[in-house]
Amino acid sequence: MKGLSVSKAVTALMLAGLVLLPLYSYLSSNIFILTLFTRIVILALAAASLNLIMGFGGMMSFGHAAYLGIGGYAVGMLAQEGVGSGWIQFPVALAASAIYALVIGALSLRTRGVYFIMITLAFAQMAYYVASGLARYGGDDGLTVYKRSDFSGLINLSNRTQFYYLCLACLFGVIFLIWRIVNSRFGLVVQGLRSNEQRMQAIGFPAKRYQLVCFVISGTMCGLAGALLANNTDFVSPAVMYWTRSGDLMVMVILGGMGTLFGPVMGAVVYLLLEEFLSQITEYWALIMGPLLLLIVLFGRGGIMGMLGRIGRG
Amino acid sequence: MLLVVEQFLNGLQFGLLLFLLAAGLTLVFGIMDLVNLAHGSLYMMGAYFAATFAAWTGSFLLGALLALGATLVLGIVLEMSALRHLYGRDHLDHVLATFGLILFFNEAVRLIWGPAGLALPLPAWLTVPVPILPGIHYPAYRLAIIVVALLVALLLYLGVMRTRIGMLIRAGASNREMIGALGINIKLLYTLVFGLGATLAGLAGLMQAPILTVQIGMGENILILAFVIIVIGGIGSIRGAFLAAIFVGMIDTLGRAFLPNLLRQVLSGAAASTAAPALSSMLIYLLMAIVLVVRPEGLFPANRR
Repeated sequence: MKGLSVSKAVTALMLAGLVLLPLYSYLSSNIFILTLFTRIVILALAAASLNLIMGFGGMMSFGHAAYLGIGGYAVGMLAQEGVGSGWIQFPVALAASAIYALVIGALSLRTRGVYFIMITLAFAQMAYYVASGLARYGGDDGLTVYKRSDFSGLINLSNRTQFYYLCLACLFGVIFLIWRIVNSRFGLVVQGLRSNEQRMQAIGFPAKRYQLVCFVISGTMCGLAGALLANNTDFVSPAVMYWTRSGDLMVMVILGGMGTLFGPVMGAVVYLLLEEFLSQITEYWALIMGPLLLLIVLFGRGGIMGMLGRIGRG
Repeated sequence: MLLVVEQFLNGLQFGLLLFLLAAGLTLVFGIMDLVNLAHGSLYMMGAYFAATFAAWTGSFLLGALLALGATLVLGIVLEMSALRHLYGRDHLDHVLATFGLILFFNEAVRLIWGPAGLALPLPAWLTVPVPILPGIHYPAYRLAIIVVALLVALLLYLGVMRTRIGMLIRAGASNREMIGALGINIKLLYTLVFGLGATLAGLAGLMQAPILTVQIGMGENILILAFVIIVIGGIGSIRGAFLAAIFVGMIDTLGRAFLPNLLRQVLSGAAASTAAPALSSMLIYLLMAIVLVVRPEGLFPANRR
């Protein structure tokens, strides 16, 4: 029980920090930190969505960055064509991600293990090359989003603080949703499938159908992150779908603690802050980051959440 | 006709090069059950070593030989210091750890050699065009790659199928506990296999180096291709890797060469010239997706367990 409380305390501290961050940014007139954390919150949302299939569902997707691109391109392309309303852009982004997830999920879920990792990667690379071939929308160079999504005056996405809170609200909303899903009958079936697919099937659950629905939910959530990310950077390019970005998302999930509710958020915060911190010390930050990841894998099983749990028990 | 023969040979050459990379990957994957994303880094290191040693010694061949030795040593050090501890862990741990190694190697190269790429110039005797058919000339260096890669493929086949070490490797792949119980030093065997895989990756890198520039991140795109190949071919199967590599090399090269003209028949010129490269890059992934959907274990699954 004590172990639980240490990780809970740290999580609560982190969440409070995220909520109060704009206040700190305002008081110290440090705008940079708000921009940095907006990006962190958006990527935390993407990592949380990946965690739903990876941590709870046991589906190791190595192509999750594709949804970041699809969500982003939905916003960018509509803006380019003169549709600036967020009420259209965001639903389209979500729907496009869901459809993509449905198609590749239906095909990918025929395989398992390493083959599943590789086929999701292959589909993401295909999406990457499709985006590179879109001459009308910038091709390789990417697409500048000149105007952020317009929510008919309800919320102004160009206002840094408002946009930050919108992203944070989306993150909390998604985590709440994941919490509800994981503890529902549906979520229990999906987790059961992770532990023993054959047994679940023998009991009479249509395994693939449950996994596919879970896969689509996760992809749709990540599409939301993509739409937010395009608004944050005012830019979307094929590079957001590159396989190393999918790797980054996986790292965040594993670093924070797979299969825990707030682990991916913790992972995203730590990973991106570490990247920022190390890159300020030295230009060669990856020289430290790389071996650090290796050490985390070798010695820190269960990620940060796992380690916090051990400290508590220790 | 000339173009067709030339592109066909280019496809074969690229396919064979991919095979060298994929063979190492599939050996490590099939025998140690290790997903090694850093395999592309070893490919990159092979190219950098070759460029450096060739500049020091002034000889391409000597530089290449030294580079092979250096990648072998690097592979062995890497295995003994880090990757050895990952055997038997979850595949996801492998992905994360070797992803970290990619970051490390890219940055180390930037630190040592700088961000600009290097060039590995060819000696004069490798740059002459060689007549292969009446009226058709082909660069000697590309022919040399084909010959060397075929030779290595043959040696690898004989080594794995006909020698005692090869027998141990195959035995280790099918049951690692049993071979350990029979008194074989399995740790040493694994180190050896990893070193072999690293050397093959280094060989592919240094042979590709004179054709492309030697640069940071050069191993990443080609690594994904190598993964696609071993998945298409069936994990752990050298024969599958060979056939899939030739296949992928052909599709990639021929697609790049002929797709723009084909597309121009249906699309406007500008649209075709941007869509064609993207489409030919996609073809390979499309192929892999189809193979996995139809035969989830790959085309030539290795018979194990």
